[in-house]
Amino acid sequence: MTAVAAEQRSELDLHGDELLVVEGLEKHFPVTKGIMFRKQVGAVKAVDGVTFAVNEGETIGVVGESGCGKSTMARCLVRLLNPTAGRVTFRGSDITNLSRAAMRPYRREMMMIFQDPYASLNSRKRVGFIVGEALQVNKMGTPTEIKKRVQELLEIVGLNPEHYNRFPHEFSGGQRQRIGIARALAINPKLIVCDEPVSALDVSVQAQILNLLKDLQKEFNLTYIFIAHDLNVVRHISDRVFVMYLGQMMESGARHDLYDTPKHPYTGSLLSAVPIPDPQLGRSRARIVLEGDVPSPLNPPTGCRFHTRCPRFHEGHCDVETPELASRDGMAESHAVRCHYPLERWPLSEAEMRGHFASAPVPAPAE
Amino acid sequence: MALLDVIDLKTHFKTGDGIVKAVDGVSFSVDAGQTLGIVGESGSGKSVTCLTIMGLNAKRNTATSGQALFKGEDLLKMRGDRLRRIRGNDMAMIFQDPMTSLNPVHSIGKQLAEAVQLHNDATKKQAAARALELLKQVGIPRAESRIYDYPHQFSGGMRQRVMIAMALINNPDLLIADEPTTALDVTMQAQILELIAKMQREYGSAVIMITHDLGVVAEIADDVIVMYAAEVAEQAPVDRIFNNPQHPYTWGLMGSLPRLNADVERLVQIEGQPPSLLHPPRGCRFNPRCAYAMPVCREEDPPLATVPGEESHFQACHLDQETKDHVSAELLGSFAGEATA
Repeated sequence: MTAVAAEQRSELDLHGDELLVVEGLEKHFPVTKGIMFRKQVGAVKAVDGVTFAVNEGETIGVVGESGCGKSTMARCLVRLLNPTAGRVTFRGSDITNLSRAAMRPYRREMMMIFQDPYASLNSRKRVGFIVGEALQVNKMGTPTEIKKRVQELLEIVGLNPEHYNRFPHEFSGGQRQRIGIARALAINPKLIVCDEPVSALDVSVQAQILNLLKDLQKEFNLTYIFIAHDLNVVRHISDRVFVMYLGQMMESGARHDLYDTPKHPYTGSLLSAVPIPDPQLGRSRARIVLEGDVPSPLNPPTGCRFHTRCPRFHEGHCDVETPELASRDGMAESHAVRCHYPLERWPLSEAEMRGHFASAPVPAPAE
Repeated sequence: MALLDVIDLKTHFKTGDGIVKAVDGVSFSVDAGQTLGIVGESGSGKSVTCLTIMGLNAKRNTATSGQALFKGEDLLKMRGDRLRRIRGNDMAMIFQDPMTSLNPVHSIGKQLAEAVQLHNDATKKQAAARALELLKQVGIPRAESRIYDYPHQFSGGMRQRVMIAMALINNPDLLIADEPTTALDVTMQAQILELIAKMQREYGSAVIMITHDLGVVAEIADDVIVMYAAEVAEQAPVDRIFNNPQHPYTWGLMGSLPRLNADVERLVQIEGQPPSLLHPPRGCRFNPRCAYAMPVCREEDPPLATVPGEESHFQACHLDQETKDHVSAELLGSFAGEATA
């Protein structure tokens, strides 16, 4: 594993002051059989070798279908789950294998906002306690100071500070998500991992929360890792975007590179499947509908993981050789794709997407 | 005559705290083969409207008034046995969560065949054959063996396909789909929307699509109703709604959507929360959240009126026409202007 990590490190081209560096991250969940003598019969490869770096103050968007491992990855980053392999480096220190106690100072720096604002707040505690708990645990002030800080936080996220003594059930979904954001902000973290923070909200409330997250980022110089399955939302908020499929990163790049000239057929099909709130535009564009479901991560396809659903599948190549995540000719340096036959341009019609190409296939980099 | 004519539909629920007016005077009509999209936020009454039409609300503590004429017959006054004959046969419904709408202890083949036998004079064999035919049509792979499987053995998207097969098994004239793709990924959503459109072409059914996603509506609807707080805020053919929206709430909805083809630094946000239907605001129900509210808006509830020169475009707002056209043009310009960045 160390060899792989070292190799991936060289791939990353680091400049030394990244906030977070993730190298070869893997998370496998064992599947066991038997009652007394449990033996492992397989593993769900939820995250399978993800490598990237995050700079301070930027927003990384992660998109993918359900089951692609984006939430598992997020939980590994903040060590809510322990990665099976790989390395997570936060501000230059390796936090992958730290003990609970040694991890504690780092927990002040990274917080998480969860998807379901109903399940992520303790329904028996008052809002003041929920938001102030992190301050208390970290002994960051006297009770009066904490109360003052909590009221300040409530105001920052657009809630009435007098609601300090209320319970979560007295708030609507959007307001609860604001409470979750206030809680995440309490101890001035550097990094906030947002796991589908707006998926459960109505569009008008979603816009409020997205605007709030952007304002807070400007004000406190926050770094976000923003996970969502809604491509419109990710495009709106992110500086760079990662597309995940079955535990691997299929494409990564600056927002405009990735959305304007997607290179991976998977990214292309995702983009073409997003409903556009404009009837003329919607009718005029070609749509590539992927067949079937995401394959089981228990037994992922050989070669390129997307080959079972890919409109450009080349037998004997895609199902044998795993493509590397790399930048190709004519692509921005920061834009990388894991595909043997990346898209030449965008938009493509479905026939062009599927058609075989006379030109020689892009040679895959040697392993 | 339209296939379905809903006239001044009201559904009020009696609760411990008072009367919740979940649907308060909604009228629309759907022609055969047409698709009507109903959009609105949670609690705007879009689902209750359709449940009322289908006669699926609990009778207790529920007061319904108005008319829902299906092929000229009022569904709201129909006797139970007659309604049961029509439901599942002439009109059918697809729900948001396919897991809770399928019976977990019967195989899907059995559940599909039951729908056939209830409404037709079919033998078990004929019913099973029809079930298999439909499963193949909705694109379930290896339908011959999967017909014996139980709902938990299907993925979310496949379960939704089974629901669609069940809804369409008796070739209904009207299909009501209540957020059929909300729980699905974009790729699966695209598959399901395409399937509904294909089935509609084949069987010529009318579809009422309830959704909160303006993108879905733009893609499949012929006509659109925007609901807010139990009332219709705006109603128009799909191109009109998206090219010349006339109601401040519709503007808000459109502005609050992040788009693939436009860069905006900040989304337009509608301040505040949807109102409680126990005590809806006086005057126009949108006035507390409306950026254009005038004194008259706090006093008088604007009636649903046609837009001058556009017979099929209805809106309920006090603003004068000039302002509306101006704001509407500006809003659309903001999407187009920044499209290429």
